[in-house]
Amino acid sequence: MSILVNKSTRVLTQGITGATGQFHTKACKEYGTQMVAGVTPGKGGTAFDGIPIFDTVERAVRETGANATVIYVPPPFAADAILEAVDAAIPLIICITEGVPVRDMVKVKRYLEGRRSQLLGPNCPGTITPGECKIGIMPGHIHLAGTIGVVSRSGTLTYEAVDQLTRLGLGQSTCVGIGGDPVHGFEFIDVLKLFHQDPKTSAVVMIGEIGGSAEEEAAAWIKSNMKKPVVGFIAGQTAPAGKRMGHAGAIISGGKGTAKEKIAAMNAAGIHMASSPATIGGTMQEALAK
Amino acid sequence: MNIHEFQAKEILKRFGVSVPRGIVATTPDEAKSAAQSLGDGVSVVKAQIHAGGRGKGGGVKVVRSPDEAAAKARDMLGKNLVTHQTGPEGRQVRRVLVEQGVNIERELYLAMVLDRAQSRVTVICSSEGGVEIEEVATKHPEKILKETIDPVIGLAPFQCRRLAFALGIPPELTGKAVAVMQGLYRAFDECDASLAEINPLIVTREGQVMALDAKMNFDSNAFFRQKEIVALRDLDEEDPREVEASKYDLSYISLDGNIACMVNGAGLAMATMDIIKLCGGEPANFLDVGGGANKEKVAQAFRILLADARVRGVLINIFGGIMRCDVLAQGVVDAARELNVRVPLVVRMEGTNVEIGKKILADSGLVIISAETMADAAEKIVKAVKTN
Repeated sequence: MSILVNKSTRVLTQGITGATGQFHTKACKEYGTQMVAGVTPGKGGTAFDGIPIFDTVERAVRETGANATVIYVPPPFAADAILEAVDAAIPLIICITEGVPVRDMVKVKRYLEGRRSQLLGPNCPGTITPGECKIGIMPGHIHLAGTIGVVSRSGTLTYEAVDQLTRLGLGQSTCVGIGGDPVHGFEFIDVLKLFHQDPKTSAVVMIGEIGGSAEEEAAAWIKSNMKKPVVGFIAGQTAPAGKRMGHAGAIISGGKGTAKEKIAAMNAAGIHMASSPATIGGTMQEALAK
Repeated sequence: MNIHEFQAKEILKRFGVSVPRGIVATTPDEAKSAAQSLGDGVSVVKAQIHAGGRGKGGGVKVVRSPDEAAAKARDMLGKNLVTHQTGPEGRQVRRVLVEQGVNIERELYLAMVLDRAQSRVTVICSSEGGVEIEEVATKHPEKILKETIDPVIGLAPFQCRRLAFALGIPPELTGKAVAVMQGLYRAFDECDASLAEINPLIVTREGQVMALDAKMNFDSNAFFRQKEIVALRDLDEEDPREVEASKYDLSYISLDGNIACMVNGAGLAMATMDIIKLCGGEPANFLDVGGGANKEKVAQAFRILLADARVRGVLINIFGGIMRCDVLAQGVVDAARELNVRVPLVVRMEGTNVEIGKKILADSGLVIISAETMADAAEKIVKAVKTN
C-alpha cells in the first residue's frame, strides 16, 4: 500500500513535446512508471519514446485509460491544462509548472469544486511511491521503499530529507510535494489524512516553510486525529519579514506566517520538531525508537 | 512588485475610483506650478517612496500656497525619508505628489487581499481608517469586516452594500461606496494584483467617497500579460543586487550577515540560511539558482554574492536531481578563477556525477573546502569565516 500512486497508476504527460516534459517523462518511464500517453495540441498521432501523443486530454484518457496526469506546460497555459484534465475527470492531476499566476489558480480551484479530480501543485516536484511509481522531477535514486510518509512544500529540501532517511535505512511509503505557491491543490491536511489511513505508512515527515497558516491548521488536525508519529521542520527561521523567499507563497506578511509561530503550533501538537535541516532523518529515528 | 501612490491612484481612476486631483512634481518649481494649477486653497505635498508611515515620518505636508508647496517640496526632494518601514537609512525621495486638499468627514479602510486558506480574494474593510490595519486587527478585531469573492461572480453589489451599511455610510452615498469597492476589485483582478489597499478611504463633507491614499502590489507570475504594470516598476526603490539578480532569473534577497550562500531550490536555500545561523554564523543572503542552473548562471550568481563587501565566506549547497555536479563544479571553478575569490569557499553537492564534480574542485588548485553533508558544510564555513 501507499498513497496517491502505485504500480498500477497509468500516467499521461501534458506538454510531452517540450524539453522539460520529454526529459522527465523519459526519467519517470525509466524508473518504472507506466507512462501511457502524452498530450500536445497539434502533435496528435505522433509518439515520443514509444508513448502515443494525442491532441486532447479527453481523447488520451479515452484511448489509454490514463488515471493520473502530470503537467509541464509553460505558466501562461498551465491553468488551462489543469482545467482540461479536470474536464476529462482524471482522478489525480499533478502540476509541476512554476510561475502560474495566482488569479488563474483561484479560478482553477473554483472549477475543481464538486469535481472528481484532485490537484497536486502547481510549483511542486510531484509524488513518488519508491520502487513503484515516480511522477515528477525528483531524483528517483535517493528514495527507498519503506513506511515513512513525506509531505512538503519544498522540492530540494525534500530531497535532502529523503536522502537523510534513506541513509539511515528508513524507506518511504510515498513522498508528496504540495508545492510552494499560495494557491494550490492538496494541502498538508489532505495528505496527512491519506497517510493516517494508509496501513503501510508508520510515521510521517512534514516539511513546511514561512508564509500562510497551512502548517498551523495541519498541526491542529494532527493533534486531534493522528496517532502515527510526525516529525516536522520549518524552513525560513532566518527569513526577513515582507520578502518573498523564492517561492511565491513563502512570505511573512503583516507579521503573520513566521517560522516561530509555526514551530510553536507544531510543538504544541506533539510533533517531533527537527531543530536543524540536517537532523530531520535523525529526529525520525529517535521518534520511532520511543 | 510595488508601485508608487500616484501610480496606484492613476490605475484606480481608470477603474472608476474617485481620487483627489493631483500632479507629480520632481522639482520645487514643478511643485509650485502644480499647486497653482490645482487652484486656490489648501493642497497636500506627499513624498513618493515605496514605504508606509510617510505621514509620521514627515513626508506628507499640508500647504496653503504655491510658494509653501515649493518650500515643502524642497525639504523633501533629494532627501532620505525615514519611516518605520524604510529602516534607519531611509529612502531617497525623487518625486512628490501635489494634491488638492479635501474636507474629510470620515476615514475608513478598504482593501482586497488573497485569502490563502480559502483560495479566494477577500475584501477587508473597517470603520477605523487612517491607521494600520494590523493594529485594528489586534485591538478591535470586531471592527474588521470581510466579504469573500467568488471568482466567477466577482464582487457582488449586495456584498458591497452589506459592507457599506455596516460601515455606517449614509444611504445616499451607498451607491458611491459600491462603485469604489467594485472598481477596486476590478483593478485588483484585471491587473493581477496581490494587494490593493485604500487607507484611508474617505467620505468628504461634500458627499464624495474617495481614495486619499492607495497602495498596490502585483503578482510577478502574471507579468507576461501585464506589460503596462511592469512598466511602472521603479528600480530606484529596489535593492540593486536584487535587481541585478532578477535579470538572470536568480532569486536573491539581501540580508545582514557575512556568509553568502548559493543554493538550488527555495526551501533548501532557506534551510541553508537557517543552518548557518544554527552553527553560529550569519547569512548574507538568500539565493536560489533554480533547478536547471548552468555554468553561466552559477558565474552570475557568484558575481552578485561577491559584490556584497560584507561577505567573508561563501557556502554552496546544491542537491541536484537534474543538475549535474560536474557542470556545477566547472562553473564554480571558472567563476572563482575569473573573479579571483579571496574568501573561503565551501562546496557541498549531491546529485549526478558527484564524484567527477569533486575531482574537478580538488584538481582546480583553488582553495575550495569540500563538505559531505549540509551540517558539515555549515560548520566548515562558519569556522573558516571566524578564523580567517
